[in-house]
Amino acid sequence: MRLSKLTASLVAAASICLAAGAASASGGEAVLKDEHFSFEGLFGTYDKAAAQRGFQVYQESCSSCHSMSLVAIRNLGDPGAPFYDEEHPNPNESPVIKAIADMFTVTDGPDSEGDMFERSAKPFDHFPSPFANEQAARASNGGAFPPDFSVLVRAREHGPQYIYSLLTSYEDEAPEGVDMRPGMNYNPAFKGGMIGMPPPLFDELVEYSDGTQASVEQMAHDVVTFMAWASDPKMEQRKRMGWMVMIYLFIFALLMYGSYKAVWRDVEH
Amino acid sequence: MSGYPGYDPKSGFEKWLDARLPIVRLGYDTFIFPTPRNLNYWWTFGAILAVILMSQIITGIILAMHYVPHVSMAYDSVQHINRDIRFGWMLQPMHATGASMMFLAVYIHMFRGIYYGSYKSPREVLWIVGVVIYLLMMATGFMGYVLPWGQMSFWGATVITNLFSAIPLVGESVTSWLWGGFSVDNPTLQRFFSLHFVLPFAILGLVILHVWALHVPGNNNPTGVSVKNVDKDTLPFHPYYTVKDGFAIVVFLMVFATFVFFMPDALGHPDNYIRANPVVTPVHIVPEWYYLPFYAMLRAVPDKLGGVIVMFGAIAVLFVLPWLDTSKVRSMRYRPLAKLFFLIFVLVCIGLGWAGAKSPTDLVFATAVDEHGVATGFSFLWLARILTLYYYAFFLVILPVLGLVEKPKARPESIEKSVLKSNAGEA
Amino acid sequence: MAETVSTSAQDPSRRDFIYIATGAAGAVGAGLFVWPLIDQMNPAADTQALSTTELDMSGIEEGQQIIAKWQGKPVFIRHRTQKEIDEARAVDVATLKDPQTDEQRLVPNKDGKYEPQYLIMLANCTHLGCVPIGDGAGDYDGWFCPCHGSHYDSAGRIRKGPAPKNLYLPPYQYLTDTLIKIG
Repeated sequence: MRLSKLTASLVAAASICLAAGAASASGGEAVLKDEHFSFEGLFGTYDKAAAQRGFQVYQESCSSCHSMSLVAIRNLGDPGAPFYDEEHPNPNESPVIKAIADMFTVTDGPDSEGDMFERSAKPFDHFPSPFANEQAARASNGGAFPPDFSVLVRAREHGPQYIYSLLTSYEDEAPEGVDMRPGMNYNPAFKGGMIGMPPPLFDELVEYSDGTQASVEQMAHDVVTFMAWASDPKMEQRKRMGWMVMIYLFIFALLMYGSYKAVWRDVEH
Repeated sequence: MSGYPGYDPKSGFEKWLDARLPIVRLGYDTFIFPTPRNLNYWWTFGAILAVILMSQIITGIILAMHYVPHVSMAYDSVQHINRDIRFGWMLQPMHATGASMMFLAVYIHMFRGIYYGSYKSPREVLWIVGVVIYLLMMATGFMGYVLPWGQMSFWGATVITNLFSAIPLVGESVTSWLWGGFSVDNPTLQRFFSLHFVLPFAILGLVILHVWALHVPGNNNPTGVSVKNVDKDTLPFHPYYTVKDGFAIVVFLMVFATFVFFMPDALGHPDNYIRANPVVTPVHIVPEWYYLPFYAMLRAVPDKLGGVIVMFGAIAVLFVLPWLDTSKVRSMRYRPLAKLFFLIFVLVCIGLGWAGAKSPTDLVFATAVDEHGVATGFSFLWLARILTLYYYAFFLVILPVLGLVEKPKARPESIEKSVLKSNAGEA
Repeated sequence: MAETVSTSAQDPSRRDFIYIATGAAGAVGAGLFVWPLIDQMNPAADTQALSTTELDMSGIEEGQQIIAKWQGKPVFIRHRTQKEIDEARAVDVATLKDPQTDEQRLVPNKDGKYEPQYLIMLANCTHLGCVPIGDGAGDYDGWFCPCHGSHYDSAGRIRKGPAPKNLYLPPYQYLTDTLIKIG
């Protein structure tokens, strides 16, 4: 075909453009561990048990510094979420979600006197933030700002692998030649190697109710699963819909091709 | 002309309406339109673009129902669309990915136009309207990318609006006029939202002009040979090309759906999931992939104003392309040298995109290590410079000169002959 | 027989089939795609999560009325006086435009008993949705809508004016004697 070269080059053009776009983010200096997660791939779903354990890790360890302000408590019981209960498809009515909500205290108001007051959280409340604002967070964390968890996995290149590596790559001693500033911790997965966050996980930090051994690697895997869900809570729905759309389009394409051949049947072209 | 009798209203109502508002006639004349019988799949991208434009307008109107153009709420409202609005998790990625799909299709459409000489007489105005559409698409896409108010939104807006400060004398006034303040801030966001909403309708209007300008001379075709005998050389657009375009559209939609449902983040940048922060610049600011070649040209020039001129000039040169190409032969099929230079041109555009994605100081390949142990060699800055030179040379030197010196191959006498011959050859 | 049928006679029906199938597939696809475009305007998940409100009425003094908000709509909560209750119960229900007894205007608490002092109603006039003036306004010691002159009595029943219905009651239930959940 005359156009085969042109075709090949244009396809190459498109794919390189796309690849360039994807690869355009900086990074790559830090070494990432190639951890695999249940939610990867075209059919991947969130491992609910891991996400539930991850929620426990978040609650008991991360949430004292890291907010997750875009996620509502009710979201934990949505379809595809860690605490989805088929008997209570409406998370606002789910006893599990209500029980989780009772664990939190939120500030509401103003009341009729004009004062703010504290009350126990309801499913519609969002996760309360540990600090009132960024300045307060920095002041309590030696100038570093603990990022919000809501979309963190999507906000980092290779998010799941990056966060997993970050949590599991702390080293007690910086290698020779690396000048550590006081208060900083050495972590080769972090850009530059110096990170303000002290190692957040250590073995047996939490006690899993399902008997899973709470090693650092296990907790890191679990909390990343939970954070990935928080970042993309509709992923399972989207993939399921995606397959239906693809199957439909494939059949429709075949029919279109059949029509095309039928219409052009008697025409030399 | 027996094959194209024109619209013939039959029923009384059709005649009555035709005398008052000949809208059925308009549709008939638009779709029962003599179209060369030898168009290949490269010609389907016009229809694909029409479909994506409509998809963008519809999803855009819907997103505007839920989006809040305010610096304190824009980011959260986009998240709200993805998390709480019914089907928002599908409609928002459709709109964001749709922009990339539209540029992908428009680039193929433009390369096709260049290869087959579709800009040459009598289709100069058709081409120019197309370039204006492309320019408006760039403006619309840029402003749309600002709306989610992530880090790349904010810093992309800052970098691009700062380009205008390079204009002598009035530069500073122009930028603060664009911003509505002294930096990219809420007034900027709000006007970008307004313009992002309205510009697509201007694009839609220009598309109608584009189709009108197409219908006067009719389609070009892969041979570049004009239609000589309507009955033998052409087919009515409907049903022949409606089904062919329809098939291509569905195949393209499969590519589109793959991105929307399975890799919605592949064409975006992770940093745009970080809330805009005016005091922290991302390590590496990159625009969306479809602007990368121009971004590379901007950075290729060491002078600020020079870079801006080179970048905008790269688009401006497209406007005069019909008069730069001196060859009387439309299709590069019959121009072996032009075809070669065209293929290099396509690769150059891709290479510019590659260079635009990299930091200028990054090395394409290293040749040596200096006394500090740092590798030195051929940097992306120099790659971008060389490729920018070729980009301009292609339009300003190669095409004008080639038309005078190149000896084209023999062309078929007519579209019909080319079709019969090639079929015989393949059999 | 089959051999004698010319292909030109056979093909059109096969072609018609594929055209119809293609057209049908396209129509079905377009139809399915339209649904998300429509459904996105329905109340979002966060809006639906806020569809219930809990309210403590213990702080409302006798003869006092507050306006709470439920699903973005105003709700009257009136702590009625004994006089208002008696007036409301003295009316001959048969003479009313929208006949309802006073008890039908209330919801029993957990023990199945009524708390007649608390009257809870949506605060929009059933005529065209204005918020009536309360605190014993109008000719019947209840509410009076200034927009088009509807008079409601002390049980929120329409007595005079253009409104067709009594003030609507929101769905609510008693959690304790003074705590209610609306919605």
